[in-house]
Amino acid sequence: MFILVAGFAATDIWRFLGVYLGGKLSEDSDLLVLVRTMATALVAAVIGNLIVFPGGALAHTSLGLRVGAAALGFVAYLVSGKRMVVGIATAEFLLLAGLYLNF
Amino acid sequence: MSTWTSDVTAPRSTWFLRGVRAAFSLPGLILVSSFIGFAALAKDAGVTVAQAAFMTGTVWALPSMVVLVGAIASGAALPAAMFAVTLSAIRLMPMVMALAPEMRTGKTRRCVLYLLAHFVAVTSWVLAMERLKRVPPQMRTTYYAGLGGTLVTTNVVVVTVVYAVADALPSAVSAALLMLTPMYFLTSLWGSARERAGHVAMVLGLVLGPVFHIVLPQIDLLVAGLIGGTVAHGLQLWRRKVRAA
Repeated sequence: MFILVAGFAATDIWRFLGVYLGGKLSEDSDLLVLVRTMATALVAAVIGNLIVFPGGALAHTSLGLRVGAAALGFVAYLVSGKRMVVGIATAEFLLLAGLYLNF
Repeated sequence: MSTWTSDVTAPRSTWFLRGVRAAFSLPGLILVSSFIGFAALAKDAGVTVAQAAFMTGTVWALPSMVVLVGAIASGAALPAAMFAVTLSAIRLMPMVMALAPEMRTGKTRRCVLYLLAHFVAVTSWVLAMERLKRVPPQMRTTYYAGLGGTLVTTNVVVVTVVYAVADALPSAVSAALLMLTPMYFLTSLWGSARERAGHVAMVLGLVLGPVFHIVLPQIDLLVAGLIGGTVAHGLQLWRRKVRAA
């Protein structure tokens, strides 16, 4: 429970700062851009780990299948004009098809 | 949640309900599917159902929640876990900074904005930035309370229910559920990156995350975030300088 409170505080502090700073700090300031790219890279690292080192039932699938399904799903997302549903559905379909075919 | 809407008038409740309805949209549905994935992930990591539901309501930012679950699962120390969660949540600040002025009128109380800021996460933010323009300024906080409150409540229920039934699912379905979260992040993160550096940072993070997971398993996310973000930002500054020269 302690760690949940830490998680809560660690996220809401930024939301509160956002309200406080709203309008005071330019969104395009170099510092904010740097902070944003760091946060983006961190979340991307989370994604990479979830695909390369997954847990549970996903861990029993092959790495090639997971990376392939995710990559092609992402390509489908881009090709469809950034429609998230298309990307997610494509990756899920490929993953299930791969599992079905014992790939 | 209704204490501050004690001066309920008919039009205000109407706007609240319109906000509620906005939650039941395609982005809302995609969000629900990613919380289904989160429930599967949390259960797999040994987090209890109470913790998972509590996290959903209090943290309310999926990437931060996944970081937190990962930290709990790998037994990271509290300061390291908190630092990683803090870093993963930084992106909420510029989002709130962009949204708050949209909702503020001369009469808006600050505490209302602070309260509503808790609802800010990718989905509610995207929906709000798109739809608030069509809401009368003095009704925007009410509308967003309906939208954000519904999203949070719905997904707390979703996490609880999915956690309860997750064991009964065939393994292929479980695998598919666990795949939902990374795919949701992959697409939403790419879509919400405003500058090219964001896309570079994303590609770097995707590669550096697994690499540092092997090299520095305790602080892999932090290192990947710091290095990936700095390199991406540095590249952008360098390109700007080259172009200016």
